[in-house]
Amino acid sequence: MNPYKLAVVSAGLSVPSSTRLLADRLTAGAETALRERGATATADVVELRDHARALADNLLTGFPTGDLKAAVDAVAEADAVIAVTPIFNASYSGLFKTFFDVLDADALTGTPVLMGATGGTARHSLALEHALRPMFAYLRAAVVPTAVYASSEDWGTGAENDLTTRIARAAAELAATLTTTPPRTTDDPFTDPTPFTDLLGE
Amino acid sequence: MQFGIFSVGDVTPDPTTGTTPTEAERIKAMVAIALKAEEVGLDVFATGEHHNPPFVPSSPTTMLGYIAARTERLILSTATTLITTNDPVKIAEDYAMLQHLADGRVDLVMGRGNTGPVYPWFGQDIRQGLPLAVENYHLLRRLWREDVVDWEGKFRTALRGFTSTPRPLDGVPPFVWHGSIRTPEIAEQAAYYGDGFFANNIFWPKEHYQKLIGLYRRRYEHYGHGSADQAIVGLGGQVFMRKNSQDAVREFRPYFDNAPVYGHGPSLEEFSEATPLTVGSPQQVIDRTLSFRDHFGDYQRQLFLMDHAGLPLKTVLEQLDLLGEEVVPVLRKEFAALRPAHVPDAPTHASLRAAAEARAAGGDSGAGDAAGPAGTAS
Repeated sequence: MNPYKLAVVSAGLSVPSSTRLLADRLTAGAETALRERGATATADVVELRDHARALADNLLTGFPTGDLKAAVDAVAEADAVIAVTPIFNASYSGLFKTFFDVLDADALTGTPVLMGATGGTARHSLALEHALRPMFAYLRAAVVPTAVYASSEDWGTGAENDLTTRIARAAAELAATLTTTPPRTTDDPFTDPTPFTDLLGE
Repeated sequence: MQFGIFSVGDVTPDPTTGTTPTEAERIKAMVAIALKAEEVGLDVFATGEHHNPPFVPSSPTTMLGYIAARTERLILSTATTLITTNDPVKIAEDYAMLQHLADGRVDLVMGRGNTGPVYPWFGQDIRQGLPLAVENYHLLRRLWREDVVDWEGKFRTALRGFTSTPRPLDGVPPFVWHGSIRTPEIAEQAAYYGDGFFANNIFWPKEHYQKLIGLYRRRYEHYGHGSADQAIVGLGGQVFMRKNSQDAVREFRPYFDNAPVYGHGPSLEEFSEATPLTVGSPQQVIDRTLSFRDHFGDYQRQLFLMDHAGLPLKTVLEQLDLLGEEVVPVLRKEFAALRPAHVPDAPTHASLRAAAEARAAGGDSGAGDAAGPAGTAS
């Protein structure tokens, strides 16, 4: 069986960033969970920082250029998406939102999505539920129930229900969704147009 | 092949001087630009239609009628006529009248319009844009082709015993193009009727328009109007020229950087690579325009956007001199040499009248003006 294609979107701004760190842990978790189900995966990482200018251009011109085009295609064609953002002002970062704003309206329809976020304190964790989940619901993505938030202290805490446990639970949910969801089929109106008599209602 | 210009009719401050023309100045500038187009040997002038500032051309047939009276050869067209928010009955009347006054030099490009509030201002709903375009255009065709129309639809008052006057010049309706930048259903509509398809390709990469034009060509053949490479295609273009290409870039850059559509985003160089925008020497414009044929096949009409983004009238007229003297004569020759004999020119009033007369005389040319698909396949 062909490996599943994962697209990993990270909106971290610094290099290295804890957002990318979380994205990598989620990706590794998903690969492990898929292996346990007898499946394999390839991961295509999109660092949004690399596309910051192209994203602003895309807002103005309506089309992606250069490497951004490849990134947009990678996400639209992925079997599943892992999306991680820092939390700014109680929500996703502007760069993160911009990337999903420039995708085609139906690019993520039916795509399994695992959400993650990072922030300075755990008090911002529900931004995942209040900001990211509604956005992906609007895009008709199949978001898994567990979203993973990592605050600064999570990277050094080994308590019950720690970050590692949450990552494993979310990754298992993504693997389960991915392996039980039939592959997406898309109608291309350019190869298979609606006959004009149907449009005319005759 | 036809060459011409199309104007949005925007009133935009000149970013290099801060000067903004008045509406009166802009309107007269559009007329001066149209007259210049004929003077330098171009074939077509097309005006936009807008119903909101900062655009002046809300009344295309008034402007085109005035230009018609002051020109001899120029084809007068639109870019685009709003088939969604105009009453199709009024389009039928206005453009039939214009066609008489212009002695057959009129055609139209239908478009839906993308300015949200214009729909409610004219009593329509933008979410119904496509059904409006389909129903209104179907009625428009009947009004031009049937002397007495009984009609009932979803979007306007029913008609009983209605005759649209004046009847089309010589009984031949104006040729119609359908303009779209993204909608496959409009390519399908143009193909169904055997009308032209105008793809204003100036703002996006070519791959997108290749799909759109490819669909139109395939469906044109499917509906029996001719082979795919005989479909009637029009394209846009956007250029700024000086003899020396560095001078062109230096002079145009502030207009690009502040342009309403793409300003403050990508650089002039990036946008030139991604879209047909060509800023440079006349030879660069020639080379770029010839490449359209490689991407989209032999086509029938090339319109350039020349007067926008606050460019002063004097500059635009200089651009038209360069276009008419150095670019278009070469393009005419080169395109003609490359075009196979079976690829037709864009229909004109004269060619449509000749085809109608041939049909009336008993021969069926099979081209052009049937009320729907020419073949039985559908």
